Amino acid sequence: MARLDHVHPAMRAALLAMECPTFDTHPWVAGPALLQRRVAIVSTAGLHRRDDRPFAVTSGNARAIAGDYRVIPNDIVANDLVMSHVSTNFDRTGFQQDWNVVLPLDRLHELAQAGVIGSVAAFHYSFMGATEPSQMASAAHELARLLLQDHVNAVLLVPV
Amino acid sequence: MKIQPPRALWVPFELGRPLGAPGDAAFQTRVLRAALQLFETPSGPVLVDFPDDAPTAADASTPLVCPVNFASPPEYVSDTDLLRAALQREIAQLRTWYDLAVTTRGRTTVGVSRLTPEEMGTFIGAFLDGQAPPNPRADIALAALFRFAVEDLKSYYCEALTAQPGQSTADSATLADWFWRETTAGRVLFAVQEVCKQSEVPGMHVVATGFLIPRARSAESAFAKA
Repeated sequence: MARLDHVHPAMRAALLAMECPTFDTHPWVAGPALLQRRVAIVSTAGLHRRDDRPFAVTSGNARAIAGDYRVIPNDIVANDLVMSHVSTNFDRTGFQQDWNVVLPLDRLHELAQAGVIGSVAAFHYSFMGATEPSQMASAAHELARLLLQDHVNAVLLVPV
Repeated sequence: MKIQPPRALWVPFELGRPLGAPGDAAFQTRVLRAALQLFETPSGPVLVDFPDDAPTAADASTPLVCPVNFASPPEYVSDTDLLRAALQREIAQLRTWYDLAVTTRGRTTVGVSRLTPEEMGTFIGAFLDGQAPPNPRADIALAALFRFAVEDLKSYYCEALTAQPGQSTADSATLADWFWRETTAGRVLFAVQEVCKQSEVPGMHVVATGFLIPRARSAESAFAKA
């Protein structure tokens, strides 16, 4: 999230007008030390493999596409990762110059190699978001199951 | 913080750059480690502010100017055929820089539409007449392909420009100023937006009004109401 005073007034007004969900409970899981963590990234930048389906553009079927996500294999190469997020209101030039500014896969691999974290997941995931968070609940549960099958015990949620 | 997730690292970077600084592995690692260290926190919810702004390039880019010289300045081009021709010339003259950018970086973010830059120009320019051009892809609706082609075109321009001398570290605001104020492509998009607001192509009105011109740039349209 950017500093609001650095955001264009029109964008700032739109951000401040967004409703945030609230929750009755605050789940907390301690988990093992970082060195025993297997880490995955879940992005909301609308990322996908070059030959994968782009994210849907129009909002006519918002409910249907709310939980839409794409799989990003851990061994993906930089030129195979593209972005089809619908919003035109965030900067993409950073991603054009360096994918790690959005999806820090190279940095994560370096931390695994340096022994800071245990390992990196076999698969990462990207949503486009841009929808009512509660409508993504079903997909979130599905993803949690897939992450567990991959023995992931730490997830970085990286918005854009 | 209303939502109160278990662990959150707030970062002060601009939208689109959650790790802060392209090409700065050390800074990205600092951000990533700050996030990962939240896993070691014994209790929560915990919200930590990342302390530093993203570094700015020491060798800041020189002011950008339109890389293409037109016999007739684009702001005086009103005829749609001339505007389309000017767009194609601009695309062609950026091509060598784009190719260099791809070679240098070993990657490109252009390609969601699966159109070549020249095809993007033709496809987008066709909307200037208020007609729906043929859809070259069977798997994507016309309005969606239009949106992807526009984003591909913008990426093509910015990837090409940042391959030019002194522009490799151009910041996002500089690049956006250049694209929306100095290029024919920017002018074409403002013009296409006006036309497509009236379009009967399914989804095109939504794209034209909400997903084509950034909110921060809407007032710069020659068609914007004072």
